[in-house]
Amino acid sequence: MSFFEGLKFRKVSSPIHDLDPRIKFVFVLVIFVLAVVFAEILPLLFLFILQLPFVLLARVGKQWLRSLKGAIFFAVLIFLMNFIVSFIYAGYVVTAQMIENAFTMTFRFIVLVSSFSIFFLTTSPDVLGLALEQSHIPYEFCFAFTTAVRFVPVLADEAQTIMDAQKARGLELEKGNFLKRVRNYIPILVPLIVNAIRRSLELAEAMESRAWGATKKRTNLYVLKPKREDYLLAFITVAILALAIYVKIFVPIPKITQILRISA
Amino acid sequence: MIEVKDLRFVYPNGVEALRGVSLKIEDGEFVAIMGQNGAGKTTLVKHFNGLLKPTKGDVYVDGVNTKDVSVATLARKVGYVFQNPDHQLFCESVEQEVAFALKNFGFDQETIEKRVSWALQLLGLTQYRQVSPFMLSGGERKRVALASVLAWDPKVVILDEPTIGQDYAQKEKLRQFIMQLRTQKKTVVIVTHDVEFVAECQPRIILMKNGKIVADGSAKEILTNPEVLLQASVIPPQITQTFHYLKDIGLPTNVIDVYEARETILEFLGETKK
Ligand SMILES: Nc1ncnc2c1ncn2[C@@H]1O[C@H](COP(=O)(O)OP(=O)(O)OP(=O)(O)O)[C@@H](O)[C@H]1O
Ligand SMILES: [Mg+2]
Repeated sequence: MSFFEGLKFRKVSSPIHDLDPRIKFVFVLVIFVLAVVFAEILPLLFLFILQLPFVLLARVGKQWLRSLKGAIFFAVLIFLMNFIVSFIYAGYVVTAQMIENAFTMTFRFIVLVSSFSIFFLTTSPDVLGLALEQSHIPYEFCFAFTTAVRFVPVLADEAQTIMDAQKARGLELEKGNFLKRVRNYIPILVPLIVNAIRRSLELAEAMESRAWGATKKRTNLYVLKPKREDYLLAFITVAILALAIYVKIFVPIPKITQILRISA
Repeated sequence: MIEVKDLRFVYPNGVEALRGVSLKIEDGEFVAIMGQNGAGKTTLVKHFNGLLKPTKGDVYVDGVNTKDVSVATLARKVGYVFQNPDHQLFCESVEQEVAFALKNFGFDQETIEKRVSWALQLLGLTQYRQVSPFMLSGGERKRVALASVLAWDPKVVILDEPTIGQDYAQKEKLRQFIMQLRTQKKTVVIVTHDVEFVAECQPRIILMKNGKIVADGSAKEILTNPEVLLQASVIPPQITQTFHYLKDIGLPTNVIDVYEARETILEFLGETKK
């Protein structure tokens, strides 16, 4: 469940938490796009370092590290896949270039995970829903989205309780061969799914009895209005984007292996 | 049977749920753990079958430290019925649900058959034998969960909120049933907010507040002590309250159940008539 922990929002106040989610989202999106566009380690490193002040300012270092830790498995997988494919492709020789490429791909993944983790760690589902709504997305979708996001940690907690309940009845999850182990999870998955369905039906009834969808135009208790800090972030975002475009067009980015060979 | 020594427990998210709890529950004792929401009752009983391991301190069950054995091993001795039955029901029929734990513990087919029939009979579920547990009402599901634990006949039975959602008749059956467990020398631990139920059963009461024990004693001692009860957000049973308000006319204040109340009032009337 450690991966979910990294996406779990905690209500605290910090300059990052208080930013307008729309601008924060655009910022994360720009990082995402740049991480995909650049295939060299240096710009990726820049994108990664760029995120560190956000983590520090938001004081979510612990949770951020935890979500990175949760991503390690996939990171290793990506590294091995890239490495092995190019290894076979190059005719079974290992070059520094290959290792750098595989490492770059892995690092790209980490940058992506990190940026999304920061976004979700510092943005409450409610504010996110609000942002969607004010972006003129139909309320039904916004509601479905926020509910889904909000219920992920609830579901994770519930899975833990169910596991405890079945262990108390003598279930041993780590017993038996692979097939047996998979079967061991049936007593956990069935109650989890049944409860999720039951809860959604109950939620639907509860919502309707509180006049959900009674009027076409819904009003909100809070209204998002960009503040000074939001304009600052917007400016930073645009600056990064401009810089990136400039570099992409006019500056050839050296690979680490090339730098080393020049200096050698 | 169960010994807890200076138990402290902190959840991974930093919530300190138990802050130094020590207690001893003897073989065959009947204990009710009471106290406000979030006092740490569920957290405490989860230590009795090893689901949670102490952050600090020790828990011994039958002389064995819970840190040294698996939950499955402890579960054979300590049956734990969860607060919410929906966290464990998953089989296609009530019968299979009750047989689940028996299979886990490796009982043979014949014994399983016998135990399942026995447990279903005990909780009045025989007519639902082939029914899916998901089709049953909340109270009935709770009883299926109970049957599925009692079926393996554990030495200690822990019931988390057993009376929630049960109608009066079922509650009374539950009470008789607990009494029956006691005659079989079983240790019974219930976690409950139901003061009236406790007043009728008269167990030893352990009162908790903020992760600590604030009082420990017989039902009579604890339930007739309003100051202690108030601390733990529990109010005395209605009978006790009535007697408390009537103390000015000379009635005693230490009455907790209906039978006793009747005797006391008759005696009092007899005296005043004279
Ligand atoms: N899985 C968990 N993770 C983190 N904190 C928890 C968890 N379970 C319980 N807590 C916290 O531990 C404290 C004690 O909870 P516990 O469930 O033991 O209380 P309780 O006495 O059983 O309450 P209730 O009467 O509501 O059942 C509470 O503050 C609760 O928020
Ligand atoms: Mg509880």
